[in-house]
Amino acid sequence: MLAMEKGINCFFSASASNVYIYFITIAIALVVIRVSYVIYRSSKPLHTTSPQPLSTLIVLGSGGHTAEMLNLLSVLHTDSFTPRLYIAAATDNMSLQKARLFESSVIDKTGVLENAQFMQIYRSREVGQSYLTSIGTTLMAIAHALWLMIKFRPQVILCNGPGTCLPLCVIAFFFKVLGIRWSSTFYVESIARVRRLSLTGLLLYELHMADKFFVQWPQLQRKYPRAHYVGCLM
Amino acid sequence: MGDTHDDMKPKRIVFVTVGTTSFDALVKAVDNTEVKRELFGRGYTHLLIQMGRGSYIPSKSSGEDGCLAVDYFTFSSTIADNLRSASLVISHAGSGSIFETLRLRKPLIVVVNEDLMDNHQSELAEELADRKHLFCASPQTLLHTITSMSLERLIPYHPGDAKPVAKLINQFLGFPDD
Repeated sequence: MLAMEKGINCFFSASASNVYIYFITIAIALVVIRVSYVIYRSSKPLHTTSPQPLSTLIVLGSGGHTAEMLNLLSVLHTDSFTPRLYIAAATDNMSLQKARLFESSVIDKTGVLENAQFMQIYRSREVGQSYLTSIGTTLMAIAHALWLMIKFRPQVILCNGPGTCLPLCVIAFFFKVLGIRWSSTFYVESIARVRRLSLTGLLLYELHMADKFFVQWPQLQRKYPRAHYVGCLM
Repeated sequence: MGDTHDDMKPKRIVFVTVGTTSFDALVKAVDNTEVKRELFGRGYTHLLIQMGRGSYIPSKSSGEDGCLAVDYFTFSSTIADNLRSASLVISHAGSGSIFETLRLRKPLIVVVNEDLMDNHQSELAEELADRKHLFCASPQTLLHTITSMSLERLIPYHPGDAKPVAKLINQFLGFPDD
């Protein structure tokens, strides 16, 4: 009797764990299929017949990165990339100032007040910060990035490093996987990178998180064939 | 007689910039007696150093006794005017000041900071030096670079633009491109 009960228990637990394994396998398969589809679809053009303006997130990376980004913005038709949200690191005071200057030149040209917002974002780790406190600040930074992304839900992300753009690109990718918001991420590797990609660039390239990946030197394109060589921006 | 000759001599400024951080090795390297003598010998009259957060203070000189006049400052909101009035620029390897200088068509020596952990900045300076747009040195080789350089061998840099990127982005998103 006791033996029989044991046997039944065994049978039940065995079948229960089988069911778990079955469901987990299906769930993993579905996630893999969805992620593969998102990666495949992201590499293809949008094919819109009458394109509407797209909400655009512009991540300013400070110093030379910001200068390159503003160079790019100056040749884009800003009315197609509307509204625009500029994001810079909380420690970087110059970049948003430069972006405001750029936006006022756009207003001067078109005579209309364009829809532009400016925001600062926490950085996961400052130079010289201890690793223990950086766990807390990293969580803060991710939460802040998530909140900004939920609020703005951009359709286009323009970024060119360094690390500030990484959490935003990762969140945008998850939004695509979960079907919350489809977006196109464009990453331009900095002109300072001639032979090797930056860590941010390498991650976005390897994880297929940039829909189009641009490099400014032919050596890099030979090394990373999915990248597009576009010549120097400066 | 000598004084009037000095007054007639055009002002030729060497501008040194370390950027937003500190680069004492570069400031020390240009403050070197031999470097200053060589610069003076090449017809430069003034040496102006933007020294940033560095702790090494270069020795000031009014330049009256037949040598280079030396002056320094820590930061300035813009170095555009300094670059414009310079006849030679010696800069750290940041892309911002490199391209700002090249766009003004000023002869440029880029000094790479070998103390930086992630020294990717030397990549850009070396590439542009290979293309003969500038000279690339380290604090140790600066004197040698100055003595051996011939400025007429430099090739002017033609600034690039972002139109190819913009074109690809527009194509991808289905925006008209012109």
